[in-house]
Amino acid sequence: MKRNSATALLLAVSLIAVAGCAKKQKPEDLPPPPIGAEGNTGVVQMPTGPTPGSQADFVASITADRIYFDTDKSDVDADDQATLASQAEWLKKFPNTRVTIEGHCDERGTRDYNIALGARRANSAKNALAAMGIDAARISTVSYGKERPEALGSTEADWARNRRAVTVTVQ
Amino acid sequence: MRKLPSLLLFAGALLASSSATAQITGTVTDETGNQSFVVAIPPLTTPENVATPAGQTADLGRKVAEIISNDLNATDVFTPKGPAGLRSITMPEVTAPAFGEWEGVGAENLVHGFVRANTDGTLMVGCYLYDVSLKSEMVRQGYVVGPREWRRAAHKCADSIYSRLSGENPFFDSRIAYIAETGPKGNRVKRLAIMDSDGANHRFITNGQALALTPRFSPDYKSIVYVSYIERRARVYVYDIASGRQRLVTESPNQTFSPRWSPDGKSILYSMSVGGNTDLYRVSAAGGGTPVRLTNTPAIETGGSYSPDGSKIVFESDRSGSQQIYVMNADGSGQQRISFGGGNYATPEWSPRGNLIAFTRVGGGAFRVGVMSPSGSGEKLLTNSWQDEAPTWSPNGRVIQFFRTAQGSGKTAVMQVDVTGAKERKIDTPVDGSDPAWGPILP
Repeated sequence: MKRNSATALLLAVSLIAVAGCAKKQKPEDLPPPPIGAEGNTGVVQMPTGPTPGSQADFVASITADRIYFDTDKSDVDADDQATLASQAEWLKKFPNTRVTIEGHCDERGTRDYNIALGARRANSAKNALAAMGIDAARISTVSYGKERPEALGSTEADWARNRRAVTVTVQ
Repeated sequence: MRKLPSLLLFAGALLASSSATAQITGTVTDETGNQSFVVAIPPLTTPENVATPAGQTADLGRKVAEIISNDLNATDVFTPKGPAGLRSITMPEVTAPAFGEWEGVGAENLVHGFVRANTDGTLMVGCYLYDVSLKSEMVRQGYVVGPREWRRAAHKCADSIYSRLSGENPFFDSRIAYIAETGPKGNRVKRLAIMDSDGANHRFITNGQALALTPRFSPDYKSIVYVSYIERRARVYVYDIASGRQRLVTESPNQTFSPRWSPDGKSILYSMSVGGNTDLYRVSAAGGGTPVRLTNTPAIETGGSYSPDGSKIVFESDRSGSQQIYVMNADGSGQQRISFGGGNYATPEWSPRGNLIAFTRVGGGAFRVGVMSPSGSGEKLLTNSWQDEAPTWSPNGRVIQFFRTAQGSGKTAVMQVDVTGAKERKIDTPVDGSDPAWGPILP
């Protein structure tokens, strides 16, 4: 129910945006009517995929929700650019969706420095998305430093997976 | 916390008069080559074995001796003997020791004392130190404490002995703030906690719902500055111990972290990340002030720590391409790099004595804790492990605590090492521990 009302709100805001915007948006780009919205008391059809605009839809529609970094580095390479481009494409479809980019580091750094380095990484991803035309005001960043590793071992492969910037939609 | 018992000293004049006659001679050399006093510490006696809220006075006498022995053993100055394996003493012996007998077991110095239950419910702990070969009294002190504060009397006694024999300032009667860790490596629960310098009197402060990092006691022990993710990002808070309330140090949409008090407790130094660029800032600890930016480069500047006189700040920066240690004036002027030994240098902490800077050195597959002078000379590494990190100084600048992370499991432990590199040991905590921060000597 919460998601439905959110989607309905999104739809309404999108229509306003279309009305006030010189650039036209095709109707098929708009999200479909919400399932189970008011007036629809009959059998609810199971959706065949994630709700458009949702975090699940975001993850299913893009190359990846994260990019990876070399040790002590925060630069965005060509592969990362491609990943972020797919995110930017989705974000352009849902212009009212905001995202948070989480910057992370591996365990082989000191705590404070890793918070700073994670912030640098998150900001690199943010700047790349902004360069692709996404309004920077839609993107917030947070650094978790080395506090939230995803790979739990202590090998080079684990550390490579933990040096990441993850884009998460704000629902 | 606010109502600390007054520690009453008796016969303090004797301490002064005895210092003129006592000559310390004869020491042993331990495995690290340091001179070390052999001190015999039999159980403290009691004039009358009575029950108190802290236990029987005779049992307390043994426990006090154990704390003194454990405290003294943490430094490179002493080789304590007892109380295990030593006989009990009588009340008359407290002021008239059997010197010949103690000399026979190899003791150069001797600790005697007693625990007495006062009629008003307090405890009196008598603390005496003797030079065995000279048969002379070196310390005579008495501490009147509430029954729940009996451990402080033991630490005060150990401090008196330590100061008298080493010439150093005391440090045992002090507290540690640190982060208690539980849970899986990928989602550690991190709680702010406090304890005595030896790990006793442990207390959790936060409940673990929000990630807590890098605490520091205020110089007056009334509050703790630390980082909490309670609002889903790193922000610096001051937690008031008496009220249990906390407040933001500065209102900002940016992440703030790495907080430190100025020595006078009036300012808080911290790091703030703006658009991915981290610099050092200073703000009034009272709150509401305008932050002052102290560094201004595109590099990461963090880990700031004041010199004890407040005139300088040591910090780390990767402006050279790797993390290195720099010193600047407290207003941000005169920034100079001091670390040149190769690899990365991080987490600098200025000693309360002013003479040394402790740091983490990263290189060769290890994180090691070391010390160097404020000019960068005389570097000495004190530990050797897979990941030792974040040193903090004892109030007298003679002992360092840090934390050790295990490879693979990510389990953490608070560790302690003497500034000479001797006497490394683990501090017992109820759960894993990290980010220790040593407070000043208690008032």
